[in-house]
This record gives sequence, structure tokens and C-alpha cells, in this order.
Amino acid sequence: MSNQKKNEDGYGTTGHEWDGIEEWNNPLPRWWLWTFYLTIIWGVGYTIAYPAWPLISQATGGLLGYSTRAELAEDLEAARLANAGIDERLATVDLAAVSDDAELLQYANSMGASVFRTYCSQCHGSGAAGVQAAGYPNLLDDAWLWGGTVDEIQYTVRHGIRNEDDPDARWSEMPAFGEILTEEEIAQTVNYVMSLSGNATDPALVEAGETVYLDNCAACHGDEGLGDIYQGAPNLADAIWLYGGDVETLTETVTYSRFGVMPPWSERLSEAEIRGVALYVHGLGGGE
Amino acid sequence: MSDQSTTPSLYAAREPIFPRRVSGKFRSLKWVILFVTLGIYYALPWIRWDRGPGIPDQAVLLDLAGRRFYFFWIEIWPHEFYFVAGLLVMAGLGLFLFTSALGRVWCGYACPQTVWTDLYIAVERWVEGDRNARLRLHRQKGWDLRKARLRITKWTLWLLIGLATGGAWVFYFADAPTLFRDLITLQAHPVAYTTMAILTGTTFLFGGFAREQICNYACPWPRIQAAMMDEHTLTVAYRSWRGEPRKHSEEVDEGAEMGDCIDCMACVNVCPAGIDIRDGQQLECITCALCIDACDDVMEKIGKPRGLIDYMALTDEDAERAGNPPRSVWSHVFRPRVILYTALWSVVGLALVFALFIRSDVEFTVAPVRNPTFVTLSDGSIRNTYDIRLRNKDFEGRTMRVTVHGDPSYRVQLEGSAYESVAVPPNSTLLQRVYVVAPRGSGPAEADTTSLRFWVEGLGGGDRSYHDTTFNGRGAQ
Repeated sequence: MSNQKKNEDGYGTTGHEWDGIEEWNNPLPRWWLWTFYLTIIWGVGYTIAYPAWPLISQATGGLLGYSTRAELAEDLEAARLANAGIDERLATVDLAAVSDDAELLQYANSMGASVFRTYCSQCHGSGAAGVQAAGYPNLLDDAWLWGGTVDEIQYTVRHGIRNEDDPDARWSEMPAFGEILTEEEIAQTVNYVMSLSGNATDPALVEAGETVYLDNCAACHGDEGLGDIYQGAPNLADAIWLYGGDVETLTETVTYSRFGVMPPWSERLSEAEIRGVALYVHGLGGGE
Repeated sequence: MSDQSTTPSLYAAREPIFPRRVSGKFRSLKWVILFVTLGIYYALPWIRWDRGPGIPDQAVLLDLAGRRFYFFWIEIWPHEFYFVAGLLVMAGLGLFLFTSALGRVWCGYACPQTVWTDLYIAVERWVEGDRNARLRLHRQKGWDLRKARLRITKWTLWLLIGLATGGAWVFYFADAPTLFRDLITLQAHPVAYTTMAILTGTTFLFGGFAREQICNYACPWPRIQAAMMDEHTLTVAYRSWRGEPRKHSEEVDEGAEMGDCIDCMACVNVCPAGIDIRDGQQLECITCALCIDACDDVMEKIGKPRGLIDYMALTDEDAERAGNPPRSVWSHVFRPRVILYTALWSVVGLALVFALFIRSDVEFTVAPVRNPTFVTLSDGSIRNTYDIRLRNKDFEGRTMRVTVHGDPSYRVQLEGSAYESVAVPPNSTLLQRVYVVAPRGSGPAEADTTSLRFWVEGLGGGDRSYHDTTFNGRGAQ
């Protein structure tokens, strides 16, 4: 080093120079060194106390026995315990009276929303708008196949629709009219049904269809096509179609029938969860 | 390569510093600032401020769990965090302002590290005696009963101050009397004890042992402030042109004319940073001005004018060497740069005050539900859903009415209510699902989007505000 400059404490420069600016090679404070050693000791201790070193099948467990999975289980258990009281209240309360209890209703709505997103959104959609092309009903509107009171909704959630697992499941079966009626009669029926909501295109077919409708369909759907929630028969006179309201879709529905199913949830959800999700769905705008 | 025999150690131990007691106007000022700032810090959480039933009555409270910040008559909600950002901007600009005008005045008088170190040194002096006594105690080899007693007394007092410091900190985050009782009865949350333990430890360590090491090695401010100072910035300096050559200086011939400095080392002995101000401006100097007090005292005694060490700007040196009288402090302080910082600082401050006064007691946000964009009802009408968050900042419950304006065909409905109004509990936010229905064949029902304005009105108060959004119709498909 050519530069032998020394400051008053006897330290030279590092030999680096930038535009005439040099750097004294002053010593580090000794406590910095200690701190550095302490961090090393801490680091080694950490890998002993916590899971760290990868081995063949799994990492070392650590002396403290910590694991994120166990922590999650603890958190879930803590949450379950924290909610145990209000869950019990929800499971036993009279459903019609829940709206008088603001705290319980708020809890049911939040809890029901998370149950809905976990178990129901696969078919009904995360926004509960259903999928018309697949016949998953929209739960936001005011049309209900099996009734839209909280009690009716929770029954549907509990037992499901047209499933073999639950003897109390909602059940209705529309015959496949392709084997009963001629193609012409089906075309007439379709046009008559469309006329109920003011969408008919062929007046001649409508007139002929009325007789076919009254003979074959009115038993379930009613003389005026208003449907019947006790049989799960859809209202044909409103603006809402479960599968679609055009000639082609309706012809297919009448010819082959439809058979939408929903699993029963009584086995997989707790009483409080069933009630919570029923209250949530009821509060989405269509509840009766 | 440098000579091995002269290679200094790579690591240096801290040089212990034993500041001597000093009195004077700057020392008095520092005592006042110490008592005022620490007094505020320790007492503030205990001041009560009645806000009504069920709402914290602590004047200053950072309620993290409840997501509220209470400051006397002001209450800050999470969505108003810009107030805190504004205060931080003001704090930053304030530091710039004070630095460009008065140099490291923050470091010297107001920095917690300085204030607590000052307090710790005062305790140390009270227990162990002044500089010379402490030096003797430090140099004493081996421990006897007296040294042990003094050391243990000092450390105990330091720890108690540290404990009070950490304790006061946690009181800002919870109801102080309740937390105090819980702390004593060992009922408080572990976080409270951990926070207190950490702050007690750091206060003890930083105030008692690390002291100027924090300023020299840990704090970025001494580096940043160099960029903000200029030749007009006030700083503590030694009038070398008046003081040199010093008495006792070996380089001075017998009988030669002497400077005012008698090399009594008073300025060095009182310095908490352990430097000699006569070496000129230094990184370590926090401009605490204690050397000014010490030197003025000596100048008085030897009958020389005060101000051998004084607050001055770098430009003064040239002027005074040329024989001009010293410029007044104020002429250094009032210059464009300082005025600009003051203006910026004031603008932010005024904007915050303005924002504080125009805050409405009725506030709400509208989040249109877009999953799905609209719902067809059985009679063919179109319904849109909006999640409205109604904020009642009052400490009393209020009823708020929601109305819609825009197209005459709109009908508004509140989920779970047959009315247009809803009761919002005090000091809280209510999430209300609101439906707007447009009948079949109406403009909004058939159009793609139509504009819509929500009005929310606090009944009985007259406060109201609006929010614009849109209504989606069938035309969107």
C-alpha cells in the first residue's frame, strides 16, 4: 500500500479512493463482533429448537416440538371452542325468531357464507346465481322450486333433492313425454307453456297446446302453470327458467324430462352449519 | 502492506465516557425539555376523556383490536389512516426544517436516546458521584462492598426507569388502569409482558451502556443530516481564531500572545459524546450545547468574553476572521430554504386540519355486487344488489335512511327490513345489503347500464352524503 497516511488514532486508510475521497480504516466496535457471534449462536440454536435440517424422509423435528400443522389444529380447536356457545344457540333457536337476534343473525350469515363457499358454490356458484345451462338453480331470485322460507331451505339443505342416500330427500319426477306424446303434441305444449309468460311465437300451436297441457301437465304445474312447491313443480308462468325458456330447450325438457339432484348435507354439516347456510341463502335477496 | 508492528486492532472497545456535571442556560433548557417530554410520555395514557357508554374513556388510545385511534376529541378510523400518514410527513418535514435551521437540534435536545441517556447519566451521577468519583470507581481494580453497592443501586434504578418506560408504552394500547391492575395481578396478556420486557431491556442497554454508540453506529440520522446542512446551518463550534494558541500548548513560545482558550478541558469533560469540540465539526457531535455552558462558565471566571464555544454557522468563521462582528442567530435561521420547509410543513398541517373539519358524521361506501351483475325476478323486473357500509362515527346510535336517485322507476329495498332506514350502533360500521329493483320494460331494466346515486341521511342530525354508482340492466347480456 503506497498510502501510509495515518489518523490521530494510528489507523491508516483502506487504500480505496473515489475522486480524492479516501476512507479511514477505523476499527469496528468490539460489541459489533460480539453481536455477530451472538447471531451465529442464535442461528444454530434456532435450528436445534425448531424443525430445520432436512433428512432422508423428513426434517429434524426440533426440541420444542413445533409444527405449523399442530398450530393450525390448535387454532381451529380454539376457534371451535370460541364459537361453541353461539353455535349451540343457533342449533337450538327457533329459526323464524333468528331475525330478532342481531348478533346471532350476523354470526349465522358470516358462518353460512363460508359454508356456502366451501360446499355449495361448486354447483350454485360463488355468487349463488346458479348455472342455467346445467340446471343449477339461481338462489338469488324470488322463484323457489321447494319453497323459500328459512325452514324450507334448511330442509332442502339437510335432505337434498332426488338422492338415494336420504329417505327424506325432496323428490319429484316429471315423466319423459317423448314416450307419451307425439312430436307435434310436444311442439304444441311447448308453445302453450311459452304463452303463459307471454313469449309464444305461433298462435295456432298455442291453441292446440292448451288441451295437451291440461291433460298431461296441469296435474303438477297447475291449470295456470303457477307450479307447486309441495311437488317441486316449477312455476311456468313467470320470467324465470331453470333450464332455459326457448323452444329448443323446452322441447328437450318435455321430451326427455330433467332430473336435477342435490346431495343431503345432514351427515357432513353440523346442525348449526345447516341452519347458518340456510339463513345465509335466505338473506341473499329471494328469501320469503 | 503496512508494517505488522503498527497494524492496529480490527476491533476497538468502547471508550468509557464520564461526563462532568455542568450548569448553564442550555443545561437548564435540556432539563425543562426532559421533564416536559418524559412527563407527557408517562402521564398521557392516564388522562381520561369521557366519550359515552361502552366507548373507551382514555384520552389517547391506540385501540388496535377495535381498529380505532382516539386522541382527545379526535377519533381516527382505519379508512382515515391518511391522517397518520400526514402526521408522518409533517414529522419528516419538521426534521428537515429543524435540521436546516438549527442543525442537529433534534439529536441534542429531543431524541429519546438523548433524553433517556441524560436521565441515566443523572442517576449515575446521583449514585456514584461526579466525573472524578466515577472515574476512580471505574479504575478501581477488583470489587469491594462499596463498589458493588453503588453499581447495584445504579443498575436497579436504571432498570426501574426502563420498566416504567416499557410499562408506559403498553398503556397507550389498552385501557391503562385496567391493564395496570392486570399487570400487577399477572392477568395481562403475554404480549404486554413481552413488550415491556423488550423495552425495559433496550432502555437499560441503550441508556446505560450503549449511549453514544447508538448515535455513532446504529442511527441513520447523523448521516442523513449531513445532506441537509449547509454553511448557514447553526451548529456548535469553537472560535479557534479567538481561542488559539491555547495556554499550555507546547508549540507556543514564552511570552507570545495567547488565545482565550486555557485548555482547561471543561468542554471535553462535560461532553456526553466524548469528543473535543475544538477539533471542529464531527459526526459524533449531537449539538447538545453542554460544552457552551461549560466554556462560558470558565470564560466568566477568567474574565474573558463568553462565546468561545457557541452556536454559529460555518460562514461566520470567514466573516469573523475578516474582523466583522458575528451575525445574529436569526439572520441564519430565516433564509429561503428554511422558509420553504416551513411553508411545506404548514401546507400539510393546514390540509390535515381542513380534512379534519370537513369530515362528515355520516359516511358510507357502496360496493356493487357483481356476481351476478343482475338478477331477473319472477315478474321480469331486474334487481341489482349493493353492499353498503354505513359508518356511524357518533358516540350515540343513529338511524340512517338510504334513498336512491336517478331513474324514477328505481325501487330500493333493505335486506331484512321493510323500511328505508336502518339503525346503526354507536361508533361502528354496519354492512347493509341493499336491493334496487327496476320493473320490466323500464329504462334501467332494459338498458346496459344506468347511473344511480345513493343518498344516506342521518335522521335527526341533518348530515347526509351521496355516492354514485351504476345499475346493470338486461342490455348487458
